[in-house]
Amino acid sequence: MQHSVGYTILFAGLICVVCAVLVSSSAVSLKEMQQVNAALDKRKNVLLSAGLAQPTDELDAARVQELFRVVKPMVIDLQSGEAVPDIDPSAYDQRKARNDPDSSRPAPPNDSSISRLPNHAVVYQVLDESGEMEMVVLPIEGYGLWSTLYGFLSLDADTRTVRGLTYYQHGETPGLGGEVDNPRWKARWPGRIAFDSAGQTVIEVIKGQAGPPEEDPHRVDGLAGATITSRGVTNMLQFWLGENGFGPYLKRLRDTRKSS
Amino acid sequence: MAGPGRKALLDPLFENNPIALQVLGICSALAVTTKMETSVVMCGAVIFVLTFSNFFVSLLRNNIPSSIRIIVQLTIISSLVIIADQFLKAYLYDISKQLSVFVGLIITNCIIMGRAEAFAMQNRPSLSIMDGLGNGFGYSLILLATGFFRELLGSGKLFGHTVFPLATEGGWYSPNGLMTLSAGAFFIIGGFIWALRVWKRDQVEEEG
Repeated sequence: MQHSVGYTILFAGLICVVCAVLVSSSAVSLKEMQQVNAALDKRKNVLLSAGLAQPTDELDAARVQELFRVVKPMVIDLQSGEAVPDIDPSAYDQRKARNDPDSSRPAPPNDSSISRLPNHAVVYQVLDESGEMEMVVLPIEGYGLWSTLYGFLSLDADTRTVRGLTYYQHGETPGLGGEVDNPRWKARWPGRIAFDSAGQTVIEVIKGQAGPPEEDPHRVDGLAGATITSRGVTNMLQFWLGENGFGPYLKRLRDTRKSS
Repeated sequence: MAGPGRKALLDPLFENNPIALQVLGICSALAVTTKMETSVVMCGAVIFVLTFSNFFVSLLRNNIPSSIRIIVQLTIISSLVIIADQFLKAYLYDISKQLSVFVGLIITNCIIMGRAEAFAMQNRPSLSIMDGLGNGFGYSLILLATGFFRELLGSGKLFGHTVFPLATEGGWYSPNGLMTLSAGAFFIIGGFIWALRVWKRDQVEEEG
């Protein structure tokens, strides 16, 4: 069927308007629910990374809330490592801050394709019954094969021993790089030592299998079929535990621990 | 049910299966079938998109200017996919996270555009809905069967529940690692195509 040019343009315009209205109304009306899900998921991952919850647990919103009570989120200054009590951690959006030139700076060259660093970061201290810090959960991010992986690394109060690593958002290939979510792989992290005696970050994901943490403390099994994602994990740990990441904050934690 | 409606609904299951005979939509069939759970949700999303895209395209078929028909079809399909994706993110957050980009990639799934162009543009809406459902089920049939074997043989589970206790966790089953990789899906889908062509001889291509 032949149609005039005017009709074609009119038809295209109409289709665009109708589709745009449908898409945007579904996006807007569901946004709140998605944000609640995302926030809940983030808390869940903090808990999982810290070992406060197991992946097999039934974690509904109320349970997450309850478990999260021992967790103290706080905002720190990345460069100095000092706490910034003025900023409310629940309202602080680290990713937004990173993209805003007023609250971020260009990142030094790195292997994780991190282009900007926020001035402040949210860390989560897990407190024991007496209110002492038992471990600290640090947000990390970095490039894998296809995507930026966002996750949490938990360190013991000694700031050297890994207590857990989880990713809550990534776009790696399901079944290959996506196996960073696999509980069996994640179970290989606790007990590994992130630094050597000289304070260098030495933890590394290797190709093939590593020994148990007691014998092979600095290495973790690679993901089969996901060499580049595995390398991405190594790179981002190196970066975030280093001086441009949480190095200054971890040093501060060590110093207060020594002095107390 | 009337003849053509029944044919449109049932033919894509075995006679003219979109994956096994037309060999379309293979990408997602490899990507999301490591587990039953993700396979089921992916099938639901594809059935939704396919049925509604067929319906809307068929409804507009006499009004769509032929010079821009492909892009109009694509606009309708992408809108439906985005809506499906938004719903999954709101109501099935965990699974939507595992499916990651593959829900969005339904837009490029050849089955959907293929049905819109080959069927919905020529047939009335009621028949097109049947065709959409039928092809959605045909796709799902292969996806679920592939997911079943991949999860069972690859990780000894079904829907996340242990069926074969793994040797590494004190059981007896050593999982077949190939099944968790995309290549494993090729073997299973290839097996289906072979079985289907043994059963239905007329699907065998003539050798040139």
